[in-house]
Amino acid sequence: MKQLEEKIFKIIMICSAMIILGVLVYIIATVFYRGLPALTLDMITKLPGGGFYLGKEGGVLNAIVGSIYIIIGSLAISMFISVPLVMYINFYLPAKSVFSSLIRFSLDILFGIPSIVYGAFGFALMIFLGVRASLLGGILTVAMLIMPIMMRSFDEITRLLSRELPDALLSLGATKYEMVKVILRQLMPGLVTAILLAIGRGIGDAATVLFTAGYTDNIPNSLNQPAATLPLSIFFQLGSPVEEVQNRAYASAIILTVIILILSFSARYFSSKFSKNKI
Amino acid sequence: MRRLRAAKDKIARYLMLGIAIFTILFLLVIGLSLFFKALPIMRAKNLWVLLSSANWKPFKGDFGFLPFILSTFYVSLIAIIIALPFSILTSIYLNSYASKNVRRFFEPVVDLLSGIPPIIYGVWGTLTIVPLIANKIAPRFVEFSTGYTVLAGGIVLAVMIIPLLISITLEVFRSIPKEMTDASLSMGATKWQTVKKVILRKSISGIIAATVLALSRAFGETMAVLMVCGNITQLPHSIFDACYPLPALIANNYGEMLSMPNYESALMFSAFLLFIIVVLFNGISRFTLNQIERRYQFS
Amino acid sequence: MISTNQFLAKSDHNSFIGMNEPIILKKLVTNQSIRIENLDVYIENQHILKDMNLTIPEKSITCIIGPSGCGKSTFLKTLNRMHDESPEVKISGKVFVDDENIYGPHVNVIDTRKKMGLLAQRPCPLPMSIFENVAYGPRIHGIKKRKAVNQTVIQYLQYVGLWDEVRDRVRTSATRLSIGQQQRLCLARGLAIEPEYILGDEATSALDPLSTKKIEELFVKLKEKYTIILVTHTLRQAKRIADHIIFMYLGKIIEAGPTEEFFNNPKKQLTRDYLSGSFS
Ligand SMILES: Nc1ncnc2c1ncn2[C@@H]1O[C@H](COP(=O)(O)OP(=O)(O)O)[C@@H](O)[C@H]1O
Ligand SMILES: [Mg+2]
Repeated sequence: MKQLEEKIFKIIMICSAMIILGVLVYIIATVFYRGLPALTLDMITKLPGGGFYLGKEGGVLNAIVGSIYIIIGSLAISMFISVPLVMYINFYLPAKSVFSSLIRFSLDILFGIPSIVYGAFGFALMIFLGVRASLLGGILTVAMLIMPIMMRSFDEITRLLSRELPDALLSLGATKYEMVKVILRQLMPGLVTAILLAIGRGIGDAATVLFTAGYTDNIPNSLNQPAATLPLSIFFQLGSPVEEVQNRAYASAIILTVIILILSFSARYFSSKFSKNKI
Repeated sequence: MRRLRAAKDKIARYLMLGIAIFTILFLLVIGLSLFFKALPIMRAKNLWVLLSSANWKPFKGDFGFLPFILSTFYVSLIAIIIALPFSILTSIYLNSYASKNVRRFFEPVVDLLSGIPPIIYGVWGTLTIVPLIANKIAPRFVEFSTGYTVLAGGIVLAVMIIPLLISITLEVFRSIPKEMTDASLSMGATKWQTVKKVILRKSISGIIAATVLALSRAFGETMAVLMVCGNITQLPHSIFDACYPLPALIANNYGEMLSMPNYESALMFSAFLLFIIVVLFNGISRFTLNQIERRYQFS
Repeated sequence: MISTNQFLAKSDHNSFIGMNEPIILKKLVTNQSIRIENLDVYIENQHILKDMNLTIPEKSITCIIGPSGCGKSTFLKTLNRMHDESPEVKISGKVFVDDENIYGPHVNVIDTRKKMGLLAQRPCPLPMSIFENVAYGPRIHGIKKRKAVNQTVIQYLQYVGLWDEVRDRVRTSATRLSIGQQQRLCLARGLAIEPEYILGDEATSALDPLSTKKIEELFVKLKEKYTIILVTHTLRQAKRIADHIIFMYLGKIIEAGPTEEFFNNPKKQLTRDYLSGSFS
């Protein structure tokens, strides 16, 4: 009886794990199956031509470049804030300080705020500042979204660092600031992991850029011009009644999925490298 | 030289302190600005009416949020009901049964699932789940359904929150001291009995916290749900009805509504509502989870 | 440095180490480098070091022995103010280094740490090349000229006997060295900041016997120029290299004295028990 129950539950558990794996494969397969026929070189090398949204020539280079611009800009901003913050809570504040718990708690909450709320807040902020939907707006809003992601994952990795290196540096007579500079070298693979995770989240999110970045068929060449993004490009093409345009939405979805897959696997690679270094 | 070093150190320290304070204040700033943006509508209407009325006619000045609130609630509830058993069973399997290789294989699977952007889930949902509901599932229960339904939103959301649930429950399971499970096993209990009597019982608070966290993630999810749930302002009566969750309302209407009085404020009110619920839910569950982690560190 | 006369004038009542009864370390004390008065350390309200009074003679090796958890590491950390990093540690008493109380009001922590080269239990190379590891200390302390840095690096790598082993790969990562080489690298790195004292916390416990021997030989060579204080995990090592022994138990100094005397003729019952291995 005991053994039977054991067996039944084990089978159920394996099934549920298999189903989850199956769903992942199903998602990726669906996107590829529908998108591959429409995925041409033009898709990634050309801007949308005239009549693109009626099924004529062109590609989504505008969205690819726009997404890259936005992610680079927001990364720069969020790194500028995340790296010092993580160093501060780990190496400047005492291990059991109330302040550092408060910061970590705020990060947890910022992390949980939905991207649509960041989008709405970002848009309100832009109205307040007199900025219209543009590359700059998108960068600022995406930066808000990925900042907590980066901080939390970098913090988690930094907490794993043993006290040996900081102690060694301090006993050489280094100041805290000099110490942190060396520690950052050691933490580089961890930082890369955090960055890749942040890029993955930032590049795929549509709700933040929906009102803040605008949309255009061109590549923006200044910060106050609107910028297209991949997720929005997929969304808009999907809304078209023309089948060819819809197919191109699936092709764009492949592009986005491949980018995410690459990011995810490289993040994994770097974090494994980090744990090897540590031991 | 020495003074320069000390000065650099001091400047760095104050800059970092500034950034730390900024981060905490940032949360307050978001909350407060959403609140002030939502203030006009809360002044114009009774708060209770806003929350409990189903009458949504913005051009007439009627703002009843009930359809959106209920939609959000139903979709998230279905998502949790579907996701929870899968996640817990899989976590138990990974924690107590699976070999090291299986675990190592499964980690990237969970990672990838959590890394796939909402828009891709939306694409997948419209391609597979929506037709499945319209053609196979719904006809057994109701006369007609487009497939763009509460159920579709729930299923897509379920898949999206599974990785979060798995990774947190796994962490909670790991926080149980090994001696406890060993003790149970050595008394002749089978693995499953140990899971039931020791692991699940010890981690019940953690699982609840994870569920609350996943719920709050579900409340805020926008694009994927928007693409599969129909977006019709109505009180959904069955899971085969279309619905219109709060985030979708914001996404579909914000940015182009400046002509109607109070409309912007109404949309900001929904953003504020989402913010409050999410912060509350997140706060409670994160606090619980931190507590569990601390117990783990000292045991 | 202070002269003998000065010293006698300043602390004639305190020229001994020990708790209640004075214990003479060197038969003929010429000068003292580290003098500790009424040192108490509390960690999270636990009394870890209890009323320590002692003098550590210069240019010799002093080994601290005692069962694990008796406060040896804690004591060593009070000497280079590493406890500053942990707010839960409270220190009272005086630690005179070169006749200056390092817990006094106007003391620069960085200078104090620069005076003390620390060798940790496990070697911890900085995440940079072998060369950069040794160059790091001199550089942050203000030596910028390339030639001077080069010279310093080579000199100390030679001193620890590492130069010949690594001369053709000094620009490669230090983590690729063997653990024994890493520990010698750490010693060179510490010496390069030109300390006056060398502190070692079980600095050979992670090493193989051959590397241990090399490090021990280095210590013996180093005591010509430096005052060396070692926490050691084996009595045999203390016997081999120490000039003076301090035996601690539960945060107190039980007995201290010259090595020969300490091992051959221990005065306290507790010491005899410890030496005979009845507890550890
Ligand atoms: N950071 C700390 N927090 C709490 N207790 C500590 C801490 N550091 C040391 N102790 C306590 O101080 C005592 C002495 O520790 P330590 O100096 O490391 O001993 P030893 O090096 O002789 O083995 C131990 O009882 C230890 O538990
Ligand atoms: Mg120790």
